Amino acid sequence: MKNRLLWPLLALVALLLLNLVVTPSFFSLRIQDGHLYGGLVDVLKNGAPTLLIALGMTLIIATRGIDLSVGAVAAIAGAVTCVHIGSSEDAGTAFAGMAIALVLCALLGLWNGFLVAGLGIQPIIATLVLMTAGRGIAMLVTEGQIITVNNNAYRQVGAGFVVLPISILISLAVLGLVAFTTRKTALGMLIEAVGVNPEASRLAGVRSRTIIWTVYVFAAVCAGIAGLMISSNVSAADANNAGLWIEMDAILAVVIGGTSLAGGRYSLTGTLLGALIIQTLTTTVYTIGVAPEVTLVFKAVVVIAVCLVQAPKARAVLSFRKVAVS
Amino acid sequence: MTALATRLPSRFLPVLATVVLFALTFGVGSVRYDGFASGQVIANLFIDNAFLIVLAAGMTFVILSGGIDLSVGSVVALSTMVTAEGLKAGWSLPLVVVAVLLIGSTLGLLMGLVIHKFDIQPFIVTLAGMFLARGLCFLISVESVSIKDSTVRSIATAVIELPGGVTITYNVVIALLVVLAALYVLHRTRFGRSVYAVGGNESSALLMGLPTARVKVGVYVISGFCSALAGLLFSLYMLSGYGLHAVGMELDAIAAVVIGGTLLAGGVGYVLGSLAGVLVLGTIQTLISFQGTLSSWWTKIVIGALLLVFIAVQRTLVRQRPS
Repeated sequence: MKNRLLWPLLALVALLLLNLVVTPSFFSLRIQDGHLYGGLVDVLKNGAPTLLIALGMTLIIATRGIDLSVGAVAAIAGAVTCVHIGSSEDAGTAFAGMAIALVLCALLGLWNGFLVAGLGIQPIIATLVLMTAGRGIAMLVTEGQIITVNNNAYRQVGAGFVVLPISILISLAVLGLVAFTTRKTALGMLIEAVGVNPEASRLAGVRSRTIIWTVYVFAAVCAGIAGLMISSNVSAADANNAGLWIEMDAILAVVIGGTSLAGGRYSLTGTLLGALIIQTLTTTVYTIGVAPEVTLVFKAVVVIAVCLVQAPKARAVLSFRKVAVS
Repeated sequence: MTALATRLPSRFLPVLATVVLFALTFGVGSVRYDGFASGQVIANLFIDNAFLIVLAAGMTFVILSGGIDLSVGSVVALSTMVTAEGLKAGWSLPLVVVAVLLIGSTLGLLMGLVIHKFDIQPFIVTLAGMFLARGLCFLISVESVSIKDSTVRSIATAVIELPGGVTITYNVVIALLVVLAALYVLHRTRFGRSVYAVGGNESSALLMGLPTARVKVGVYVISGFCSALAGLLFSLYMLSGYGLHAVGMELDAIAAVVIGGTLLAGGVGYVLGSLAGVLVLGTIQTLISFQGTLSSWWTKIVIGALLLVFIAVQRTLVRQRPS
């Protein structure tokens, strides 16, 4: 277990050190108006939505599934809330809007769960349906416009501070919740059992369908909250671009964290590290002054490197060479 | 009817369903809108989707072998970028074409090798390929680069007159040639047979002595080549190179292949089905633009719904198949 997290941890440390070399002030923290500011806080704040979505994704991947629709679900959540708030500045309206959005997201999760567990469709394809149609639905809600809102209560979700940014507090709270419910109860083991062998676990009396259904609903709600953060941070809903490719980032975070796409064992700490690596990488590219779009090249390199290091076959090849050399 | 059913094996049913769906959507358009049922509208379906036809043909190989290729859209973008920048730098047209096709095939080869040698899921490897190709675009230029070369412009605007006053572009001819070539390779060569075998059951194929390694790497080379070729066609269509071209086109290609009746589990499907799938997607877009009052986002919703229907149909067909 320790060994599996070693490489991601080293990658994260290396990235942070690189930042320290490029911008010496990267690690400095200062408190202003009771808010904590600094490079590290920025990484945490911008990485909060990815971390949240990656948490839901971890559980899905542990059941041998995948959810491509989270980005679209995030866009829908932002769109629904912003349309509901409209020009209102009332906190109650904001909370009502967010509640409606999250209930809707849970329904979308139910839908994904139905396709995967109910109809037995391959997860990639089942969620591809919502990935394609979901952005259409989000645009239908916003009627193709970028909806801007001016609501202080809503702004807090993505841009607010309670010493630390509220968004990261939410993500960490969810992380704690997931860690507690899956590691301190049998739930985590049941999820892993479903991922290792759905049929065997069903015969052993595990309600695989219910578990699969639950993780998809949970992931969709996580995606919804992340969508609220993204939209609230800019006080606007952009059906086209909100959460674009965030499903890929989330899957990467999970894979970098050492959870295998083949299902089974998962690591929440790994996912946390993975999400931090991706966000630090993005921030690093910004601070170094390379065009932000080029981040993609670095991401590709990191993905391949981490996957190669973790792939059993690659390890076998590498160790074989070592033996051959000696 | 029973005679027809016995003559027509059930494996053709999904493709037949797609063709019927195409006829239906087109029929609806013809009845509802004047001028819809003209030869030129059909020709335009091919002209506007030539690159997607080529992509879908390549994607069919990958999906038949049981894999998936998420990088195709980005490779299209990279190809438009290399084409535009190459021509701007004064390269000759044949050199540009060769360079683009080589880059696409090499990327495919690399992804195939990583997938096969290190046994990493195609999904993750081609996702990395997708990031890499799009990142490389922006490494070349962040801005959109227009193509000003006169030869290229004349090829792009040249039309071929068909009987009945219908015109098509050279893109369409190339796309159809690709489909024919794909048909030949899949059904008349050993490689094609092996693709079906590997997709049906990789271990059985290996035990039968089929070259599974060559097949598994080969399909990604083919897909990379097709993506590069589609990129060239897309450059002709857009007359520019841009890193944000073809965003999400991999999803369109996968959707076309699935709607065309190819099973995502691998082993079952036809290139002609994928062609019909592209035409269905194109017809829906044409219908929505003819309608005028429907906004563009309905296209996405309808495509999503169609995907759903076809997956559900496939699901029942697979369940019926004796295992």
